[in-house]
Amino acid sequence: MNPRRSIRGRLFLQLVGVAAVLSLAFFLVVRGVAERAAEGTQDDILLASATAIADSLRSEDGQITLDLPYSALSMLGTISDDRVFYRIVSAGQTLTGYPDLPLSDPIPVLGQPEFVTLTYRGDTVRSASVVRAVGPATDSQALIVTVAQTRLGLAAISQRITTTATGVGIGFFLLATLLSLWASHLALRPIVRMANAVARRGPQDLSAVPTDPPEELVPLVEALNSFMGRLSTSLSRTEDFIVEAAHRVRTPLATVRAQAELTHRKLRRPEHKQAMREMIRAIDESSRSAGQMLDHAMVTFRAETLARDELDLGTLMAETCDRLAPTADLKDITIQRALPKTPTLFMGDAILLQAALQNILDNAIKYSADDSQIAASVTTGDLLRLSFSDSGRGLDGVDIAQLTTRFSRGSNVGDVVGSGLGLTIADEVARAHGGKLDIAANTNGVGACVSLILPR
Amino acid sequence: MRIAHLATLIAGLLLALPALGFEIEDQRLYQASPQRSVLRVISTADLDVFDPIIRAFQQANPGIAVDYTVTGTTEVMRAIQDDGAVFDLAISSAMDLQTKLVNDGFAQPYSGPANTLPNWAIWRDHLFAFTQEPAVLVVSDAFFAPHEAPRNRDELITLLRENPDRFQGRIGTYDVRTSGFGYLVATQDSRNSEAFWRLMEVMGRLDAKLYCCSGNMIRDVASGELAMAYNVLGSYAESQLQTTDGFRIVEMTDFVNVMLRTILIPANAENVADARVMVDFLTRLTARADLVAASGLPGIDSAALQENPSLRPIRFGPGLLVFLDQLKRQNFLRSWESSLVQE
Repeated sequence: MNPRRSIRGRLFLQLVGVAAVLSLAFFLVVRGVAERAAEGTQDDILLASATAIADSLRSEDGQITLDLPYSALSMLGTISDDRVFYRIVSAGQTLTGYPDLPLSDPIPVLGQPEFVTLTYRGDTVRSASVVRAVGPATDSQALIVTVAQTRLGLAAISQRITTTATGVGIGFFLLATLLSLWASHLALRPIVRMANAVARRGPQDLSAVPTDPPEELVPLVEALNSFMGRLSTSLSRTEDFIVEAAHRVRTPLATVRAQAELTHRKLRRPEHKQAMREMIRAIDESSRSAGQMLDHAMVTFRAETLARDELDLGTLMAETCDRLAPTADLKDITIQRALPKTPTLFMGDAILLQAALQNILDNAIKYSADDSQIAASVTTGDLLRLSFSDSGRGLDGVDIAQLTTRFSRGSNVGDVVGSGLGLTIADEVARAHGGKLDIAANTNGVGACVSLILPR
Repeated sequence: MRIAHLATLIAGLLLALPALGFEIEDQRLYQASPQRSVLRVISTADLDVFDPIIRAFQQANPGIAVDYTVTGTTEVMRAIQDDGAVFDLAISSAMDLQTKLVNDGFAQPYSGPANTLPNWAIWRDHLFAFTQEPAVLVVSDAFFAPHEAPRNRDELITLLRENPDRFQGRIGTYDVRTSGFGYLVATQDSRNSEAFWRLMEVMGRLDAKLYCCSGNMIRDVASGELAMAYNVLGSYAESQLQTTDGFRIVEMTDFVNVMLRTILIPANAENVADARVMVDFLTRLTARADLVAASGLPGIDSAALQENPSLRPIRFGPGLLVFLDQLKRQNFLRSWESSLVQE
C-alpha cells in the first residue's frame, strides 16, 4: 500500500494556510485603520489651526487684518516636529504666509474645508483650507486660509504601527500554527483510535467494530461491519458445509471399512490382501480427515465465543493420555506422564483444550516409531506449558511456521496418514486462549517437542 | 594637495563674493597647520566671545581651519535664505529666525546631539541649542541700594509709576524694530504676561531710551546714565560684570525668558563632516567649564532650570513662526510703538 499524504498533514497545512490569510488580513486591517486614524488626527489639527486663524481675521476700516494666534501654529507642533506652512489669500492676493504654497483644488466653499496632499518644498505635505467671509455683510470678502504640514511625524507613526502590526500578525500566525497542530491532532484522534482498534483485531475476529465512530465515519464503519457480517456468515456456511460433508462421509466410511476388513479376512491371495490393506489405509485416512475437519470447525466456532471455565490442566492432560492409550498400545508406545501433584488451574474451554491436546498427542503417536516413548508434561512458570515430546523423526529441515497452516504437512511424512489439520487445530486453540503453539526439535536431536503454551 | 585646496578656496571666495548681499560685521580665518579642510561659519556671536571656543575646537580637532564670519541675526537669515551663500554652520541668537530657516527647508538633519542634549534643546534634529541665556533686568548701583531693586514686573511697574521724576529718561530697553533678540524676548513677554503692555506703557511715559545692543545699555547703566535696562542679554551682562562695576543683574521672580543660542547645518553646506564635529563640540559646551568662563556663554543645563522654576526657555516649534508673520509683526510693532514711542 502506498499511502497518500496524511489527513493530519493536509488538515494542518490547510489550517496554517487559513491562519496565514487571516494574519495578513489582520495586518492590513490594523495598519489601514491605524493609519487612517493617524491621518484623521493630523487633518483634525490642521483644520483646528486653519479655523483658529480664520477666526482671528477681521476687517478694520475696510482693511483686512490678521492677529495670527500663537496657538494656531504651536498646536501643530504638539504631535510631531513637522514643518508648517500657511497662506492667507484674499481675492487672489496673498495677504500673508508663504505666497508659493499651492491652493487646494477645488477651492473650498464656505463651511466646507478641503484637504489635499501635495508636494511643497521637496516634501509631501497635507494641507487644510477653509474659507471665511470677512467684513460688513454688504461688502464682505472671502478669504482662504490654508495650513499645511509635512508628514514625517505621520510616517514615523505609520512605521511604528506597521512594526507593531507585523509583530502581532506574526505572533498571531505562530499561535494559530501551534493551535492548528493541536487541532489537527485532536480532530483525527477518533480515526486513529478506530484504525488501531481494527488493526488490533485477530484474524479470526469478525465481530462488529466496537468503537463509537464519529458521525463522518459511521458509513465506513457500517460498511466494514456489514462486510464482516457477510464474511462471517459466508465462513460459517462453509464450516457448516464441511461439518455436514465430514459427517455424511464418516458414517458410510465406517461401513465401508468394516466390509473391507471382512473382505480382507476372506481373501487368500497375498496380492489381493495387500490391495485390500491399501484400501483400508485410505479409508482410515479419509475417516481421520473427516474427524479433524469436524474438530477444526468446532474450534473455529467455539473460539468466537470462548467459554471460560475453571479447569485443572493436569487432569485434562491425564484424560487425553488415557483416551489415546489404546492407540499408543497398538504401536507399543509408552506415554510417560510428568504431571504436577497439585491442580494447575486455568480458565478456559475444556472441549477445545482437549481437542488440541488430543491432536498433538495423536500426531506424536503417529510419527513415533513402534516401541518408543512419548513424554507428556505440564510445567508451570511464568507461562503454563503443556508438552508432548516424542522420539520420532523430528523436524529435520521442516518449515515450522508452515506446519500450523491448514492442510499443510511436513516434508518428511510421506508414509504416514494425515490431513495436516492437527497442529492447525492446536494452534488455533492456543491463540483463542491468548497463548501459542511451540514446535521445537528436542535438544538431544531425536524427535520433536510440541507444547501448548498458555498464559497464567 | 594643500595648494589645490587653497586654489579651490580662493576660487570659491572669488565666486562667492559677488553674491554676498548681506552685511559682514567682522571676519577672521583661523588657520590650521597642516590644513585638512575649512569650516565656514556664519554667526551672530562676536569674535571676542567665540574666539576661545574656536581655538579650543581647533586644538581638539587639528587640521580644520575655521572661517568665522560675524553678522546680525537678520543678516544670517538673508545670507542663507535669500543669497544662497555657502556656509557649513549658522549660529544665531534669534531662535525664531533659525526656526524659520529649518521650517522652510534651509537646514539639514543631524542625529548626533540627540544623545547629549535634552529634548527641549533640539528641534527636528535640525536645530540645536548650545547655550541658555536669560533676558534680565540690569540696575545701576547709583540708583538702587542693595536689595532695593524690584523683584518682579508688578513691583517694577509700581516703582516706575510712583517715581516718574526719578526715572524720567533713565530707562533703557531694546528697540525691537531693529534688534532681533529684542523682538524675540518682547514677543515672548507679551505671550507670557499681560503686565508686559502695562510695563511698555509706563516706560513709554517715562521716555525710555531705545538701544540696539546689550553692550550699550550695560555701559550706560554702569555709568549711571540709566537707572535700569530691561531685557538685557544676561550672559553678556554677566561677562561685563567681571570687568565693569556700577551695575547689578536682577532675574525677575515671576518669569525669565531664556533664549537659546542655536546652531544649524545649512542644507547647502559643503563641509558637512566638520560641521557635525563642530555641532558635537558646541552641544557639549556645558562640560567645558573653562570655555563657558572664557566665552561667557552658559551651556545647556537642565538642572539649573529645575532649580529655578521662573526660568522659562523659549520653546522650539512652529509657534515661533507666528511673530515672524508680516501682519503679526506689523500689529505687534504698531502696538509697541503706540505704547513706548509716545511722540
